[in-house]
Formats: sequence, C-alpha cells, structure tokens
Amino acid sequence: MQTNTKILAHEFEYFAPQTLDEALDLLAKYQDKNAKILAGGTDLIVKMKTTNLKLDFLINIKNIQELNFVTCDDGLKIGAVASLYQVEKSEEVRTKYPALYEAIKAMAAPAIRNMGSIAGNLCNASPAADTAPPLMVYGAEVKLVSKRGERKVAVENFLIGPGKTVISSDELLIQIDIPALDKNTGSSFLKISRVKADLSKINIAVYLKREDKVCRDCKIVFGAVAEKPIRVKGAENILINQQLTPALLTKVAQKSSEEIRPINDVRSTAEYRSKVAKVLTEEAVKLAWERAGGEL
Amino acid sequence: MNYKMKKVNIEFMVNNKKRRLSIKVNELLINILRNNLNLTGTKYGCGIGECGACTVLLEGKPILSCLTLAVEVDGKNITTIEGIGEDKLHPIQESFLKQGAVQCGFCTPGMIIAVKSLLKENSTPTEEDIRNYLRGNLCRCTGYNQIIKAVKSCASEQKTN
Repeated sequence: MQTNTKILAHEFEYFAPQTLDEALDLLAKYQDKNAKILAGGTDLIVKMKTTNLKLDFLINIKNIQELNFVTCDDGLKIGAVASLYQVEKSEEVRTKYPALYEAIKAMAAPAIRNMGSIAGNLCNASPAADTAPPLMVYGAEVKLVSKRGERKVAVENFLIGPGKTVISSDELLIQIDIPALDKNTGSSFLKISRVKADLSKINIAVYLKREDKVCRDCKIVFGAVAEKPIRVKGAENILINQQLTPALLTKVAQKSSEEIRPINDVRSTAEYRSKVAKVLTEEAVKLAWERAGGEL
Repeated sequence: MNYKMKKVNIEFMVNNKKRRLSIKVNELLINILRNNLNLTGTKYGCGIGECGACTVLLEGKPILSCLTLAVEVDGKNITTIEGIGEDKLHPIQESFLKQGAVQCGFCTPGMIIAVKSLLKENSTPTEEDIRNYLRGNLCRCTGYNQIIKAVKSCASEQKTN
C-alpha cells in the first residue's frame, strides 16, 4: 500500500478533556461511534498514517493531570498519562521493579519514551509489547473506569490477542497497580532485537521468590512468541518448591521453549525464537535468582 | 461531515515567541512548524517514529513532531533547532562543526536537539550513554563516530567552563 506519512489525511473531531469526568462523558457519548483515545500517539498516529484505521473522534487524555502520577508507597501506582520516561526516572521503579525498568529502557528511543505511556503500550496490545511481560510477572492489575463503574483486571487477562484487550468502548484505563514485593524476591527482563531501538524479536520477564536454596514462587512470561504475551506455566511448575541447580535450569529452559508458540514474521523466525528462548530463560532466571540473593 | 472541516485556534510558544494560529485538528506539528512558521530546520524523515529527524523539544524534553498533532501543543512551549542557540550558534552546534559531525546535514537538527536533552540529563555521558541516547536518531551518511566525538568534546568543554 502506498502511504504518505507526511500528513494525516483523514479528518476527525478532536477533544482534549481536562478532567477524568469529562473524558468519561465523551467516551459514553461516543461509545458506539468510531472513537479512540490518544495517550501519546507513537502507535496510534503511526497506525492512522500507515493502515486503514479511520476514526471520527479522537480523545486526547494527556491533559488530564489527575491521571499523571507515578507513586510508590504500598506497591506501585502508575497513572494512565504518565510517560514511559517518567516511570523510567522513578528511583523506586529502578530499585524495586528492575524488570519493568529494564523493559522501559529497552524500548525505542528517548523521544518515543517521552511521548508514549504504559497504558498506551498495554491498550495497543502488541504481542511484542515490552512492558507487558514485567507487569504480568509482578501480578499487575489495570483499573478500568466508565460511567457505569469501575473494575480491576489482571494484565494477564487484560490482553487477549494482537491489538485486542477486554476493554469496552466506554471504558478508560486510568491506572496500573503493581503489588508491593516481598523480601527475597528478584526479577529480570531481557530482550532480543535487531538494533536497540527495534521492537522485540522475543522478550522475557522473570520473577521469583527465594527461600534459602529453594525457589518458592516463580513467574516466567514471554513476549512476541504467541498471539499475546504468555506465561509458561509448565516451566514455572518445574521450578517451584525446588532447589535451583544448573541441571534444573536446563529443564526449565527446555520446557519454556516447548511451551511458546512462535511464528515466522518480519522480525524473526519460529525456529530462532524457540532456540533463543532456552538461552533467555537460563539467563533471565539466573539474573532474577541472583537479585533475590541466591547463588547458582 | 461539517464538524470535521472546522478549524481551531491554538496559541503556543515557539523558541520563546508567542504564536497564534488557526489550524485543522489533523495537522501535524512538523508541517505547522515548516509550512506555517517557516521553521524548516526541523526535517521530515520517515514519518513513523523511526529516524528522529523531526525531533523538537516540548517543555524541554524531546518529542517527534511528525507524530504530534499541532493542537496537542496548544498552550505549551516548543523549541526547534532555530531556537536552541538564540542569536548565535549553540555550543553543541559549534562542536558538531568543529568535529566534522555534519555530512549531508539532514539528521543534524534532530541529532542536536536530542544531544541537548541528553546533556541536560547527563552532563558527563560515556560513549555508551551517548550511543544509547541517540539510538532513535539515524544518520544515513553513517557519520556516527564524528557525532559521538562532537558530543564528548562538547560535554567536556561544558565541564571546563
């Protein structure tokens, strides 16, 4: 398809609500119409330029100051319009949630991170979304609000397929909640891409809880290897309540590689993804284990 | 439909100058800067956020003007390459000239804007820091080594001053 990315050709009506109430009113009013939320534009504007995506109403939520926060008291709370840059600059995110910090640092480039948001990254629902695996291993939830009420959905259940989430057309994702982590836990994020600014060929986040030499809890999530970021529960179960040894780690890696469902696409092949998944599993688990204070 | 053709008024600061414009809501910031305000230093490269040629500063932080609607910057502050040195060349620009970091020059405005933001965040960047920060700015002449050199020498000059 021939596209002109210099301009936005089609026309739409634009709103820039200042408060959450205004935004929810607009969403309720236009829920049956062709309306979209703008929370950065690094995905949406690109899609408007390069795909058939046409919309009649664009609601820019960036000016809603009540949704612009990154706070960490009992767990981490991230508002929908906080930029990826704001999250990355939070000292608490860097020290307490290293997998999330590393995922954001691995995304695109500074200008993009200054525009984009985690909420946008999730709602865009790319199978390769870098913030999804760390949020899933931390057991994060998103808060969805509409005029009808409010509900919380685990990120794991929020994403259902490429470009698809459980959000209704009158709902707004206003906040991401990540629970506080226990002591003796560790997490990590790794990504393979052609160059650093690229989308992931494959990415992985690991979270685990250590008790002496035994792994008491473990979550492993892969991105870009299925229709959405997926947990490899079989591999997790091999590790849980076991002593972590190099031999066991090899088994976990093998199982991970069998559980993912990669395809061939423009960025990589299924074969490569399956092979590299093993290496990534070993490295990411090892790193998380060391961060939890363990030795291998 | 009628509503779609409506124009809106926006008012924003560009390089410390107040600008009032009447624009359509689907107009991109880059085109407003280049076509309406004649600030053609900001370049259009890829249009999809890969190359960084259109980088400008919004409230002192880098954004891509080809992915930003002009209405979004209503009431905000924009700095373009024309505004970073005010009347004379900015030290980063001097340093780029001195180190031969400008070849065809197309990536230079975006590159310099990104460097300005980098040095504000980190006044003593290592080579890795620089390469990491500039990873969203592509130089098709592949003159990266000179660019890195220019950033380093500018950082060390800033330090001695």
